Amino acid sequence: MEIVFQRPKALSDVSSHYCPGCTHGIIHRLVAEVLDELDLTGKTVGVAPVGCAVLAYNYFECDMAQAAHGRAPAVATGLKRANPANIVFTYQGDGDLAAIGTAETIHAAARGENITIIFVNNAIYGMTGGQMAPTTIPGQITQTSPYGRDPKYAGFPLKICETLSTVDGTAYAERVSVDSVKNVINAKKAIKKAFEYQVAGKGFTIVEVLSTCSTNWGLEPVEALTWLRENLIPYYPLGVYKDKEVF
Amino acid sequence: MAEKVLMKGNEAIAEAAIMAGCRHFFGYPITPQTEVAAYMAKRMPKIGGTYLQAESEIAAINMVYGASSAGVRAMTSSSSPGISLKSEGLSYMAGSDLPAVLVNIQRGGPGLGGIRPSQSDYFQATRSSGHGDFHMIVLAPNTVQEMFDLTVEAFELADRYRMTTMILGDGMLGQVMEPVDISRGEAASTVTKDWALTGTKGQRKRNIINSLYLEAEELEMLNLKRFEKYADVEKIARTDNYLTEDAEVIIVAYGICARIARNAINEARQRGIKAGLIRPVTLWPFPKNQLKAAAEKAKAFVVVEMSMGQMIQDVELSIRCSRPVHLCSRTGGMVPTPESVLEAIENAAQAERS
Repeated sequence: MEIVFQRPKALSDVSSHYCPGCTHGIIHRLVAEVLDELDLTGKTVGVAPVGCAVLAYNYFECDMAQAAHGRAPAVATGLKRANPANIVFTYQGDGDLAAIGTAETIHAAARGENITIIFVNNAIYGMTGGQMAPTTIPGQITQTSPYGRDPKYAGFPLKICETLSTVDGTAYAERVSVDSVKNVINAKKAIKKAFEYQVAGKGFTIVEVLSTCSTNWGLEPVEALTWLRENLIPYYPLGVYKDKEVF
Repeated sequence: MAEKVLMKGNEAIAEAAIMAGCRHFFGYPITPQTEVAAYMAKRMPKIGGTYLQAESEIAAINMVYGASSAGVRAMTSSSSPGISLKSEGLSYMAGSDLPAVLVNIQRGGPGLGGIRPSQSDYFQATRSSGHGDFHMIVLAPNTVQEMFDLTVEAFELADRYRMTTMILGDGMLGQVMEPVDISRGEAASTVTKDWALTGTKGQRKRNIINSLYLEAEELEMLNLKRFEKYADVEKIARTDNYLTEDAEVIIVAYGICARIARNAINEARQRGIKAGLIRPVTLWPFPKNQLKAAAEKAKAFVVVEMSMGQMIQDVELSIRCSRPVHLCSRTGGMVPTPESVLEAIENAAQAERS
């Protein structure tokens, strides 16, 4: 019998800790498929963040480092500078990347650091139990914005792809989503392109992936996908924000 | 043949690191250590190395974390407030058993403090340079030559024990110029780093550099194992002694204070007081056995340091408070004078006689 679908080799054969309905599993799979297809696993070093994806080092079949909260781009910089032949990626959530690690992110981009960031944006802090994130949208209820995020009081969300597109060192920045089959296919294309750019030495690449958090949004998995589609995508429009090949 | 070059202390550290095989330096400017970074910025591009000015001390130490994870010899340098910022990274490096060399050319504190020489980061260096149960090896040079020699040694110790090794100097040592024999450098060690993240190349299982252990039993076991290693590190504890054989009053001082103390000791001997100096070269591990042995003969100790009295606690602990220990200290960036040390020696001797 012909095998038409199986676990990517770059993904470990272990159970993951992610909540039911969480799309981290899909995003992990897309990264692993890309590593397989580009035959990069043996030369790749990944950097896991602090947050929901902290255990990512258990799931990817490549060398992995676990970084302090927000510092993954700096750790990735050290790894890449020490061994430029390696392919280096970070896998970070919105609290990690857009709050405590904003400086590390923007400056890795400014240096045109030849690394790839997979930025998973679910607009909430997942690991600590559903607090307001820098990406929590106006009106969104979280544990620490119990009356809905009021920009007058709590400030505005950060739009990372838009911000990084203004940085000269950014080679590629695209925002994708994994709420539908069509968007999952697009997400994979973006992730693949980001890694291809790194292989070609084009500089800093980031793929922002809009993701769900059924548990902390308090929604059933399917409702969560709908909420993402109806609320996150309008606030965080999908698309390519920077592509040195095009712009 | 000895090759002597006139160098600043900070430059000697940088040149020694290069001779020790360090090709990756990540820094952030702060007085009074900036010459380390400037020297690296000048030299590294010429020898195929990396000098990277990070966006912060926090980023710099995490770049060191990354480079060290990749198996190369990596270094960062800073001064007191900058070391505070590096604390997080130092704890993670300890938790991941990563080797690296860290330089702290101390200035006065707390807070922004000043930019003049100080030794007030002793507790931070030897007690808690970050959260959790861990230690760093701390080496304390007192000449520009020693800043060179101990930096070379620091890379060896870091690799051997998979620990961060700190060179703890002060602003005066960083800025002073002295002739240095730079022929004493050694090539990179042959310590195998089979744990390094270099890519599996499809030929081995993945390596993971990590400090997260959610199971309490596992984390405790790792902490116990790390402290077994620290017990082994104790054997590198060493001192540099001056006229201690017959000394009744023993000065304990490190760094620039030890040099000042020597002058005071010479003067005290001319005045008929048998004084001597024990200079800890390793501040962690602290040379407690050497101090304990000295306490069997000496009548009193005087600790000279540029802090409100930090190392004095280690001296008292080492000798189990079996002899009086006096403190002679200046702080805020003030350097003790030989006269003030001499006065402390005389007072200690007087107290014993009366």
